[in-house]
Amino acid sequence: MINQHQVMNEDDVRRAMARISHEILERNKGTNDLMMVGIYTRGVTIAERLASNIERFEGVKIPVSSLDISLYRDDLQQRIVPPIKPTTMTTDINEMKVILVDDVLFTGRSIRASMDGLQDFGRPREIQLAVLVDRGHRELPLRADYVGKNIPTSLEEQVRVRLNEIDGVDDVIIVRPSAGEESNG
Amino acid sequence: MQPSLEILIKGARIIDPARRLDKHGDILMREGKIIACGDVIDTASLSTSHDVIDATGLIACPGFIDLHCHLRDPGFEYKETIASGTRAAAKGGFTTVCCMPNTEPAIDNAAVVEYIIRRAKEDGVVRVFPIGCVSKGRKGIELSEMEELAVSGVVGFSDDGDPVWDANLMRLALMYSVDLGLPISDHCQDHALSQGGVMAEGAVSTRLGLVGIPAAAEESMVARDISLAELTGGKLHLAHLSTAGSVELVRRAKDRGIAITAEVCPHHLLITEQRVMGKGVFSDANVNSYGYDTSTKVYPPLRTNEDIESLRIALADGVIDCVATDHAPHDIASKEVTYQEAAFGISVLETAFGSLMQLVDSGSISITSLVERLTAGPARVLGPKFEQFSSLAVDTPADIVLFDPVQEWVVDTASFESKGRNTPLEGADLRGQIIKTFVDGRMIYDNRAIRIEES
Amino acid sequence: MVEANDVMEISESNYLDSYGNRRKHLLDLDSISEADIDALLVQTEAMREVLKRDIKKVPTLRGRVIVTLFYESSTRTRISFEEAGKILSADVINMGASGSSVDKGESLLNTGLTLQAMGVDIIVIRHPHSGAPNFLAKHLPDVSVINAGDGLHAHPTQALLDLYTIKSKVGSLDGIKIVIVGDVLHSRVARSAIWGFSKMGANVTLSGPNTLIPLGLVRDNASGVSGDSGILPKVITEPNLDIAMEGADVVMALRLQSERQNAGYVPTLREYIRRWQVTEQRLNKASPNVLVMHPGPMNEGVEISTDVAHGRRSIIEEQVTNGVALRMAVLYQMATGVNPSLAQED
Repeated sequence: MINQHQVMNEDDVRRAMARISHEILERNKGTNDLMMVGIYTRGVTIAERLASNIERFEGVKIPVSSLDISLYRDDLQQRIVPPIKPTTMTTDINEMKVILVDDVLFTGRSIRASMDGLQDFGRPREIQLAVLVDRGHRELPLRADYVGKNIPTSLEEQVRVRLNEIDGVDDVIIVRPSAGEESNG
Repeated sequence: MQPSLEILIKGARIIDPARRLDKHGDILMREGKIIACGDVIDTASLSTSHDVIDATGLIACPGFIDLHCHLRDPGFEYKETIASGTRAAAKGGFTTVCCMPNTEPAIDNAAVVEYIIRRAKEDGVVRVFPIGCVSKGRKGIELSEMEELAVSGVVGFSDDGDPVWDANLMRLALMYSVDLGLPISDHCQDHALSQGGVMAEGAVSTRLGLVGIPAAAEESMVARDISLAELTGGKLHLAHLSTAGSVELVRRAKDRGIAITAEVCPHHLLITEQRVMGKGVFSDANVNSYGYDTSTKVYPPLRTNEDIESLRIALADGVIDCVATDHAPHDIASKEVTYQEAAFGISVLETAFGSLMQLVDSGSISITSLVERLTAGPARVLGPKFEQFSSLAVDTPADIVLFDPVQEWVVDTASFESKGRNTPLEGADLRGQIIKTFVDGRMIYDNRAIRIEES
Repeated sequence: MVEANDVMEISESNYLDSYGNRRKHLLDLDSISEADIDALLVQTEAMREVLKRDIKKVPTLRGRVIVTLFYESSTRTRISFEEAGKILSADVINMGASGSSVDKGESLLNTGLTLQAMGVDIIVIRHPHSGAPNFLAKHLPDVSVINAGDGLHAHPTQALLDLYTIKSKVGSLDGIKIVIVGDVLHSRVARSAIWGFSKMGANVTLSGPNTLIPLGLVRDNASGVSGDSGILPKVITEPNLDIAMEGADVVMALRLQSERQNAGYVPTLREYIRRWQVTEQRLNKASPNVLVMHPGPMNEGVEISTDVAHGRRSIIEEQVTNGVALRMAVLYQMATGVNPSLAQED
């Protein structure tokens, strides 16, 4: 039996993203040299939404690229990974301010892998991190610059961000698997 | 068990096809001979020194005769010796075996024959009769000294391992066989058609990318030999038939009154070519997941369901005279290689009977007929001198086998007597097991301690 | 462009391992599922992106050891695997037959056991005996085995890259007509291609001399369609190439080696050329956008005319380019998920 409950609804998601977009603009004092890199899968969608928010607020379209970090993971022996999707780096990242975007920040290993991945494309001036949810339990000394919501969780729980473009609905749910179910790897 | 004067087998179902006997009763052995067989014997009438074996639920019959096995001795003792091979025979219920001449040196002169006979007396536990080469060195060019070999004790001739590929040589050999009264057993394989082949030619060989051996490689030579038998009146025996086409040729020849005989091996009655792909022996399941199991590599190769069906019918109705094992033990190094490199051959003696009982259980053949094909049938091929070993007649040597027709067991090659562990039946569930084997009234194999009343 | 699927449910037990074992192997395409083929082709797309970068290097297989064990000489396939492994940051060691312990008579089994003892993760093997990769996979529980061509049996990576090449050009293989011409009997690439194409829903027609079409693929059925027994895939055999060509979407020409003529498989070379050479004229009977492929190396003027070989319909060079990406995808699949634990989402 699966136990799940919603921690952010559609409006919460929308407002959080709007707030993050404003924070990005505030901190970077505009859109100069700014680009977004979304981490597959849902990080890409979030990055696209943030970029479209920014376009609405400032009238400027910042480039959005996507990164598949499977090639950079350090735990491939353990995982069955979904198929790799083609990375698309639309811009030269040298000397740019890169906003890495992901849906959930957890142990931090995805982010570490992403930064390795970015390095293969060049040398950004700065890397900042935006996540919709920070659920704690970091295993590496990393933190997010922009957080939609902090959600304390226990290790057995899963946090799932659902987005309309992919899942047909916008929300964030916590799933508690019953005994005998493995955590989603 | 202490050596005693008399052994009484009590309460067995006695099957003696040579004398058309099938009844419950007792068998009495004394000093290596059968004293009485069939009626109930009162133990009170026995001498003071006797053993009684309670054979309730068991079947007693003459010890099996194998026309075709490879003891590898001399020359390949790392694969098998006369000692280990005969122990394997005993465990399989065989009390007489005929060993093929592809040894090193080949059995093409009296010295080798004498060696084998001597070794068998010293180390062997069953009767061993050598088969001599048809051609010198099995090279197929010159006839061997057939008369010398006959005098020194061979019971037939063959170039087995190879065919007698020269038709004229085969004709001559068959003509000699009339004079000598000994059969010529031909391993029918046209090398030109079978060259490079490692399994049956067909859908499976195509799928596995292995070069195939067409049925025609066997059938063309069977047809040739039948013609020559008709021409010469010679004593032709066809070794290890494996195809429906061969069966058809033999059937028609016998219908026309040509006196030929034929044998079939247990594996060709039970296992199809799909086993090479990794399918199960008695089911469709994938058992050997990677395929290319070299324990299936044998000549003639495993074939199709149609061939099996045809061979079974022919065995049941007597077109095929007998079952022979073609026991071909190999060392691990010869088999633990790629399919192309592996040696041909299956280790059969210890699984033959158990696997053949599948035919009885499925209704392909009656138990009496199966026993006939293992006893009186082979004896007929070898000649009248062998009748004494193939029946339970009074005053004949007490070569007897006791078996349990329903005992289930699992093939475990680790417990084989044979040095050859190469069988596709490893781990198979079989029903029907040899319990005790007697040669000359001595118990040479004992599977189960059945209540024995010591005097 | 091959589209990426969303997250696929790939369970440990069926991904590229139809043999029911934990360690994964790519031995042939006989029992691979359509879903697994699809997944690999998707991965290939992603790997191609890596090949377009300035720095063609990702750390994915860092610390893994790949040995290419080639008992038959081959330049193209071996270099393709080596490059694939190195781009993924694996350590690639090449073992050839000559000058090695293999030459000195060391058995395949012992060579394999030694490599396993040395901690090798993946062995890529090419061997003249059918079933040699299966043999290694059976005896080496700790090694993943990739078949780079065994005897007359299979050459799965070649067939997969052909599938990828075609799919990248026509979108879907379902229902398209593929004609394979020539010496199917001696071509392990053709056999894997037949399996792969038919699993993806293509209609496969074979054309060539009767002596060069394997038994079972011809004889299964009077009407020239095999595959009823389930042991072999369904194909149509049509010895008349002009008839076979009609409506073909893809034509694959197979190399005719001169030894075949000497061994009597074809009466004369001229006769073969007359009846089965893939020419511009014959291609006119095919569909207007027909693609021409050849697994290489080509005998121009024999199985394929020169103008066709280098003509606009030929995608032969693309086959080569895609080979590295495909092999990267295969290596990636072999090396991942081998010891799955309760890995957490992060």
